[in-house]
Amino acid sequence: MTNESAENILSYGKLVTVWVTLLVLTAATIMVTRVELGVWKVWAALAIASIKSGLVIAFFMHMKYEPRLFRIILFVALFTLAGFIGGTFFDVLYR
Amino acid sequence: MSHLEKDAFGAKLGMWLFLFTEILLFGGVFLLYSVYLAKYPKEFGLGGKQLDLVYGATNTVVLLTSSLFAAMSVTAIKRGAKKATLSLLTGTIGCAFIFLFIKYLEWSAKIHHGIYPNSPKLIEGPPGESIFFGLYYLTTGLHGIHVIIGSVLMAWTAVMVQREVLHAGDNVTLENVTLYWHLVDLVWIFIFPLYYLIL
Repeated sequence: MTNESAENILSYGKLVTVWVTLLVLTAATIMVTRVELGVWKVWAALAIASIKSGLVIAFFMHMKYEPRLFRIILFVALFTLAGFIGGTFFDVLYR
Repeated sequence: MSHLEKDAFGAKLGMWLFLFTEILLFGGVFLLYSVYLAKYPKEFGLGGKQLDLVYGATNTVVLLTSSLFAAMSVTAIKRGAKKATLSLLTGTIGCAFIFLFIKYLEWSAKIHHGIYPNSPKLIEGPPGESIFFGLYYLTTGLHGIHVIIGSVLMAWTAVMVQREVLHAGDNVTLENVTLYWHLVDLVWIFIFPLYYLIL
């Protein structure tokens, strides 16, 4: 018990590093979307948002340190959502 | 001790399963957004340009900071630092209030300009514009309700830390409440580019 929780404690320094990275990525996403990139800016903004989410989930939400079961169900949930979105677009675009 | 460990595991697993239903809930709203964006790109573009980037960016920084404080509070309670835990939870709740105040300023500016669901201005305008602002109020409103619920839970947790019901040996409730808080942050991470940046 003590060993396990000792591993799980993230230092303040590590958390602050994650926070600084998130702020830098926020600045990057604002800059990227101010440039005229057309459709690419949508993908760039979504890619940065996904990286930011990954950092929040992995460190702030401790996912990196949880049992594998947690990550499996996370991916099941994300694939389900992706399936909904993909299926809907298939219908909307080719109707 | 082993039963306590198992209990904490089950509690966290249950919280995560609940968070996945929340992801699917907000996923549905984002799905509506993307389908209507494909259908009305011009109106969405004009609508998005009316949103205030400064408000949106400030709130992003405020929420990320609140998430940092929440994550640090978990470290603090595990180290047995009660005072630090309480200060960090207070910091998180403070950021939540700043977020809601900025949201209030933003919404009242929009409403002042006659932009709100079913307003005469939106009814007369093109359908794409009224769908955009309808989704804007739905998404940010649903998110705002989550911010309010999160703050109430955080305040309740702080009281339990103060009374030492939650402490270094048993802190799973605090962890679960902060998980909920981080989800609120995650949702905003997507709302910000979709509504304020890409249009």
